Amino acid sequence: MVCELCKQSQATVHLTEIVNEQMTELHLCESCANQKGTQVESHFGLSDLLSGLADTSKVQEPEEVTVKACPTCGMSYEDFRKVGRLGCSECYPTFKRSLGSLLKRIHGSPIHLGKTPARLVKPAKSKTELAELKKKLERAIEDEEFEEAARLRDQIRRAEQREHS
Amino acid sequence: MTKDLDELLKQTSEWLRGAGPVSDIVMSSRIRLARNLEKLPFATRATKQSQADVLKLVKEGIAHSPTLKKPLIFEMGELSEVDRQFLVERHLVSREHVIHPDHKAVAIGQGEVISIMINEEDHLRIQVMQSGLNLADAWTVSDTLDDELSEAIPYAYSSDWGYLTCCPTNTGTGMRASVMLHLPALVLTKQINKVLHTITKLGLTARGLYGEGTEASGNFFQISNQVSLGRSEEELIENIERILKEVIHQEQTAREALVTNNRIQLEDRIWRAFGILRHAQTMSSNEALDLLSAVRLGMDLKLMNGLNRSTLNELFIFSQPAHLQKLEGKTLTARERDAKRAQLLRTRLGNHHEKQT
Repeated sequence: MVCELCKQSQATVHLTEIVNEQMTELHLCESCANQKGTQVESHFGLSDLLSGLADTSKVQEPEEVTVKACPTCGMSYEDFRKVGRLGCSECYPTFKRSLGSLLKRIHGSPIHLGKTPARLVKPAKSKTELAELKKKLERAIEDEEFEEAARLRDQIRRAEQREHS
Repeated sequence: MTKDLDELLKQTSEWLRGAGPVSDIVMSSRIRLARNLEKLPFATRATKQSQADVLKLVKEGIAHSPTLKKPLIFEMGELSEVDRQFLVERHLVSREHVIHPDHKAVAIGQGEVISIMINEEDHLRIQVMQSGLNLADAWTVSDTLDDELSEAIPYAYSSDWGYLTCCPTNTGTGMRASVMLHLPALVLTKQINKVLHTITKLGLTARGLYGEGTEASGNFFQISNQVSLGRSEEELIENIERILKEVIHQEQTAREALVTNNRIQLEDRIWRAFGILRHAQTMSSNEALDLLSAVRLGMDLKLMNGLNRSTLNELFIFSQPAHLQKLEGKTLTARERDAKRAQLLRTRLGNHHEKQT
């Protein structure tokens, strides 16, 4: 293959990019690739990902890759490989194993260490609420406010049951 | 509705103010969070109905947010092509967001600090932009806004993999932290490729002025984290800041070396650029970016006086095609734009003082 830029030397650098589901390829010789410099380098992220996708395809257990389609959106792993984009949030558990190794390949780790949506943090909030109630109960007992203490004790029981349910 | 959009033309976006830490090298800092709604199909599988559902739910969520007060909301399909391009030039929406505008929308907060793209590649793309090197502030704002929205919007999230995004390169935090750097001295001294190459080895990506796939014009480079999973948002920001410090230091060293060793040549380049900007009758947008970059360097090195950074920053954006057409109030051909651009630059740079002796 001849370099697409100088149309003389042998093309040794091959770049692939998917933009809006359209694949474009660029074949360059070493010196043209060097001249294009930063442009070429900035393309590397995507081509890395694509080679990652191609590699994972070889090590996938066949059943998840070829048969399974996402029950919510109908996307198969084969579809995903073509476009590099998932169909819906349910694709993640559907292709758990293949995606897990792909995510590890892309990010170096498959484990989320970032924030959690506020509405899911609530249980933790109820824990501090519980601690708050227990402190109040201690104080009530110290002050010999037994009626108040009994009320707090019931409240704590209810909160604990909520947590365990 | 487009009347509101015209109001944007009269204000300076917060990120162009030219203020904040290291603003001689760092133009702006940006945090972008990708979020999706549970169960609803992503862009690849979306239907008109599902996109309408997303739009409705997100709008309701936004209405509950105290951080994003009285946003301007534009449905991309209802805007003219020039207006859509205008939003791209202001970095309020991505180029991808205007290619297929139907069912897409954007919510813009006061001072253009916050913008939320709706139905882009992900259902929500929350963006917070600040002037100068200020990722920490941008993160605080976007974190709060994201919490507020998550109270009303059921985000697609898994405790193992974090926020579930359309493209697996965004999974996890869904966060892209990026800074826009002006690196003319590293370009002039031909060190830029080496620096960018090192950056990519350290888990960061470098792109041009308008993001993915754009060339670096005007010596502007957008640098962002490549990885979004396996580290907390704070760690990702710390990592990019640590590497940035080094890049900034390199640019400063190169600037000092140019002043020390090649002062006359440097001044000549800067003043020639200024001369062309003040007298040219027609100018392409790329030429304008390059000349403005030289003048900005001259100002930052105090080789020129009487200019201010926010005027220059604004000119980088106002000399773009859609801005020129908005200023003129009608569509212009490429040739008309080149003339209008030259006129704008002559006028805005006209009241400048002569070289100090």
